[in-house]
Amino acid sequence: MDRMETPPLAKERTDGHDEPSPVSPRRLVGRSVRRLEDPRRLRGEGTYVDDVHVPGMLHATVVRSPRAHARIRSIDATEAKAAPGIVAILGARELGGDLRPIPVRLVPDERLLRYLQRPLATNRVRYVGEPVALVVARSRAAAEDAAERVEVDYEPLPPVTDASSAPPAPLFDHTPDNLASLIEEAFGNIDAAFARAERVVRLAFRTGRHSAVPMETRGLVAVPDRGAAEGRGRLTVWGPTKVTHFNRSVLAAMLGWPEHRIRLVEPDVGGGFGARGEFYPEDFLVPCAALRLGRPVKWIEDRVEHLSAINHSREQRYELALALDSDGRFLGLRAEIVNDMGAYLRTHGTVVPGLSAGMLPGPYEMQAYRCRVRCVLTNKTPTGTYRAPGRFECNAARERLIDRAARLTGIGRMDLRMRNLVRPERMPFARGTSILGEEVVYDSGDYPAALAEAVALSGFRMSVPDAVPGAGARAGAGSASGDAPEARPESRAGSAANAVPVAPARESGARAESGTRSDGGSYGREEPGRYRYGMGLACFVEKTGTGPFEGARAFLDRSGALVVATGAADLGQGLETCLAQIAGDALGVDHAGITVRHGDTDLIPHGVGSFASRGTVMAGNAVHEAVSELRTRVLERAAARLGVPPGDLAIGPGGLVRGTGGRSCTLAELAAEPGLEMVRYFRCEQMAYSHGVTVARVKVDTATGLVVPERIWLLYDVGRVVNPSIVAGQIEGGVAQGIGGSLLEELRYDDTGQFLSGSFMDYVLPGTTDVPTILHRDLGRSPSPRNPLGVKGAGEVGIAGVGGAVANAVADALADAEREDDELPLTPERVWKRVRCNPSPQTPAAAAAGGRNPV
Amino acid sequence: MKPAPFAYRDPDSVDEVLALLAEHGDDAKLLAGGQSLGPMLNMRVVSPEFIVDLNRVKALSRRGTSADGGFAIGALVRQAELEDDPAFAVAQPLAAAALPWIAHRPIRNRGTVAGSLVHADPAAEWGGIILALDARLAIRRAGAPPREVEAENFFTGILETAVEAEDLLAEIRLPPWPDGARWGFREFARRRGDFALAGVACRFEVDGAGRCRSVRIGLVGVGDTAVRARLAESVLEGEPPGAELFAAAAAAVGKEVEPLDDGHASAAYRRHLAEVVVADALAEAWEQDGRDEG
Amino acid sequence: MNELREVAVTVNGTVYDERVEPRLTLADFLRHSLGLTGTHVGCEHGVCGCCTVRLDGAAVRSCILFAVQVDGHRIETVEGLADGESLHPLQEAFSDHGALQCGFCTPGFLMTAIEFLERNPEPDEDAVRDALSGSLCRCTGYQSIVAAVLDAASRLRQGA
Repeated sequence: MDRMETPPLAKERTDGHDEPSPVSPRRLVGRSVRRLEDPRRLRGEGTYVDDVHVPGMLHATVVRSPRAHARIRSIDATEAKAAPGIVAILGARELGGDLRPIPVRLVPDERLLRYLQRPLATNRVRYVGEPVALVVARSRAAAEDAAERVEVDYEPLPPVTDASSAPPAPLFDHTPDNLASLIEEAFGNIDAAFARAERVVRLAFRTGRHSAVPMETRGLVAVPDRGAAEGRGRLTVWGPTKVTHFNRSVLAAMLGWPEHRIRLVEPDVGGGFGARGEFYPEDFLVPCAALRLGRPVKWIEDRVEHLSAINHSREQRYELALALDSDGRFLGLRAEIVNDMGAYLRTHGTVVPGLSAGMLPGPYEMQAYRCRVRCVLTNKTPTGTYRAPGRFECNAARERLIDRAARLTGIGRMDLRMRNLVRPERMPFARGTSILGEEVVYDSGDYPAALAEAVALSGFRMSVPDAVPGAGARAGAGSASGDAPEARPESRAGSAANAVPVAPARESGARAESGTRSDGGSYGREEPGRYRYGMGLACFVEKTGTGPFEGARAFLDRSGALVVATGAADLGQGLETCLAQIAGDALGVDHAGITVRHGDTDLIPHGVGSFASRGTVMAGNAVHEAVSELRTRVLERAAARLGVPPGDLAIGPGGLVRGTGGRSCTLAELAAEPGLEMVRYFRCEQMAYSHGVTVARVKVDTATGLVVPERIWLLYDVGRVVNPSIVAGQIEGGVAQGIGGSLLEELRYDDTGQFLSGSFMDYVLPGTTDVPTILHRDLGRSPSPRNPLGVKGAGEVGIAGVGGAVANAVADALADAEREDDELPLTPERVWKRVRCNPSPQTPAAAAAGGRNPV
Repeated sequence: MKPAPFAYRDPDSVDEVLALLAEHGDDAKLLAGGQSLGPMLNMRVVSPEFIVDLNRVKALSRRGTSADGGFAIGALVRQAELEDDPAFAVAQPLAAAALPWIAHRPIRNRGTVAGSLVHADPAAEWGGIILALDARLAIRRAGAPPREVEAENFFTGILETAVEAEDLLAEIRLPPWPDGARWGFREFARRRGDFALAGVACRFEVDGAGRCRSVRIGLVGVGDTAVRARLAESVLEGEPPGAELFAAAAAAVGKEVEPLDDGHASAAYRRHLAEVVVADALAEAWEQDGRDEG
Repeated sequence: MNELREVAVTVNGTVYDERVEPRLTLADFLRHSLGLTGTHVGCEHGVCGCCTVRLDGAAVRSCILFAVQVDGHRIETVEGLADGESLHPLQEAFSDHGALQCGFCTPGFLMTAIEFLERNPEPDEDAVRDALSGSLCRCTGYQSIVAAVLDAASRLRQGA
């Protein structure tokens, strides 16, 4: 039985791979073992940064700009210095020469240096929330009391809030047009492609500014050794994550301290999703204050400051043109993109727009491509990466463009894609673009199979009933018909005998169409024609496993227990468990007794970190190599001890090394002498590419504009899976975030640059009743040839296609896929305006007769 | 996000509360459930010198049927207490139906009806409910006789009510539920439990001649305060109920409300939503068989 | 203004007696005065649900209550759920269903769900989603949390 046809809540989570594992007969890899991280987190025994308590600790808060764009005339801290409990107020005047720009982490580019942010605004603020001073006091409350009394005199400057129109003022006097960078990607002869085109389809598309917003805000505890204020001893900082080794280098350079005297330690981390763990102004200010004061200093970001301080993301505008031949083959794609960068360039430089430019062609063949991205500065919070950076956006724009093309050409939506997907025999496929300084070459994958499976899984070509009150049948989700996908246009309720009614499978209490709980709900009353249903899909390729390397140190402690340390980070995703599974298989022991350590710069000399879906790929393979070699050493030592050849030995339960003939010894006995220790760095010059197809079914209330996502399907291939349950969690969590970015979340500014989304009342994160049932299936066909484990990253697959699938589903529901523009998030007000401006002439009966977007 | 310092007083009688209010007036804030005040204190939107906590005043926790057959809700009665009270569901079906839509259970566990009313967020459900029910609000002040304010005179401006700095809203008095009255409650919010962009509590009776009588429509989220939709009420009053009449009433609502443009929605959209929820709520009311079992 | 007040409160069965500033929130009191850091603070304005604890049995937001208010009352936090080495059936179900990742929101979900299951021992999925709608999770997409709560309900009914 197809596992996805089981009720989602009884989902099988313990499936393994059927093929024999090349790693170990124990085969921890491929099993949904329980996470090692769970018990401490379930008991409230995790240690997150605000749980770190150091005697004598002081508390900091940041004075932030309330203005979008202004010159700082003066800062008067007289009153603040008199506040009870105050210890220090550090402004640009006090820190002066220490305020160096925060460098770019990925793909540094000298031309970008002049747009970098310094930890404190010196004489000009450029966004609401920009740090102006750091206040240190004996408690956080006292620090806030004093911060209220810091008087900053601002001289307003004209705010720049729209990256697409002519700027009213420059943010930097040396750059009058606010254009920080222009990115270009191209292959093939684009002019020739368009000259040959039978048809050119255009689309304007916009994605809204939103961000990761992990449930734990950022925080730091900087602990100087005694004497550190005079330059002796070491400095320990709790709270960094994601890229601790890189951040240590940056901190060392900015403080003018040698790296070896700085230790960054990652505690338990409450989610990151790209935004958390980069080097932010506070990552300098807090350690700097601790050193200056010679006291431990804690700073915990509050939620209000988080929303304007952490990297924003996603704000892009697309002007796309697709050239097609008479068969619907893509000849060329032209793209003009504007990326609103915010007020400064942060550690990601122009990586996000670069990823959009490099990944926009996606999984499709095309002869020519030309893309230009204008990276424009505005008076808003600076931007960086958020899960599937640049790809959530470009996938949505491209897939919506393809649906428009389908509508205008009359070729089915699925057929048009099938005709253009890169076929498996073309692998490895040189895309012709580059990202992160690396040529894009898809390593493996069967994109057409994924699309076919996704269509079968979701019943994409099946009918979608138009408002059938009480329709209670669950989604058929299957290939009820063996018809070729294009053989039958989608039909409406009951008009085809073999059409499986795809009625809401899960109606939350908030949305049930009948029953007392629905009274008064946001979901209105059923009336003929009021609700429209639509389905949409999106195909995508995801880059994963970014190099250049990751390391692992593995050793047996004196008890014979395996300890593995890596420079990669765990921000909650389950890396500890995944690495323990890989290590357990490599040594031949159970994962539960393995200690996995990470994110501490004292553990291992080099580390790259956890981003770009690289943790399991890079650290996983490093662990595999290190522990495999450790095993060789263990067996050699055991062989010598037991007098049997290493090949006759096996490591079994309880750490018992057994040879033929009943001779055995324990790992503890072998580990009594030094030497069972191994460090290996796994290098990979080319990324691994996951891929997938996301399908969304939505219900649109035309009266209110509310879009209810009723179900999401995701068919993916992430190579070899280490822990299916953890991958499932990544997929489902990613989808939920995608729902947020598609329908709910937007970081908004008014035209004076005032920030309008500064609380959870104003910034709408998806909750339990906003995220539908998510059905997903691993195609499981394409292990990566680029690493020994065959793994690809899974962290961003869930979110990558949601925007496109939802936008297409809404257009399908409203039967307006031909419109020239579209946008995300599709908030109720926007959808209502869209319905009002273009009321569909279709009655339900007419709709039932066809007239939908062809499949 | 820590509150500014304040002095804390937790009297255990109404008289002491009133005395503290008389003494400190504008410098004091009453704390009941704290579900609106707490966030405002943490964000330092308000920084009162004194917090007067009502939670030890047992007399304010009373709820139940009053002498006139109505239902009285003391200032400390939590939303969840009413939600879980079968007698309340029978006595006040409209209010009971609205309760689950107020925020979330952990908020209702602590939040009070009186606190919500005095905070007077224009989108708060209770504003619409008291207007639809012709509730009376019992207010106490030191050295003055107790006074009652009609629901329609209660809200005086954005986040402002007839309850002044020295006053305590002691009790909410819901009149007896009229036999045979029909009711509807609808709201539209971006997300479950969020403040509504528009919401409505309505009720009406149908007389022997089949005409709407005693129509009350209380709207929330579409102006400075919760408001009665008087024009729409007059459209309905004395007319036979039905889809066309409800549509006309909804259109009237669109004409009479004055919503605000704000960060959450445009005025035009709120106006439209008001029409939608009113049409839905009226139809829902009409489909009932008169007296609801709750 | 900075007067200190005595607070005597029972947390997870243990009586604590502390002197606190009136402005100290219950969440900060639990975390920083008592060292019970299992209760997390995600927004400090009552929206995210991470800080949910039980006050005399009722699930409440500890970030918008003050420590002085719980004098004489009974608090339960996530640290009190497990029975020694044995996790609570709800905790077990969370682990079995992958209902936590980073674990930051988890204590709030657990405390909210346990109160809910006591009131409603046989919920359906809609009721669970509704009951948990005031808690935000950024990692899981909720599906696994809902499954875990339904499974826990069944385990609790069977007296697991």
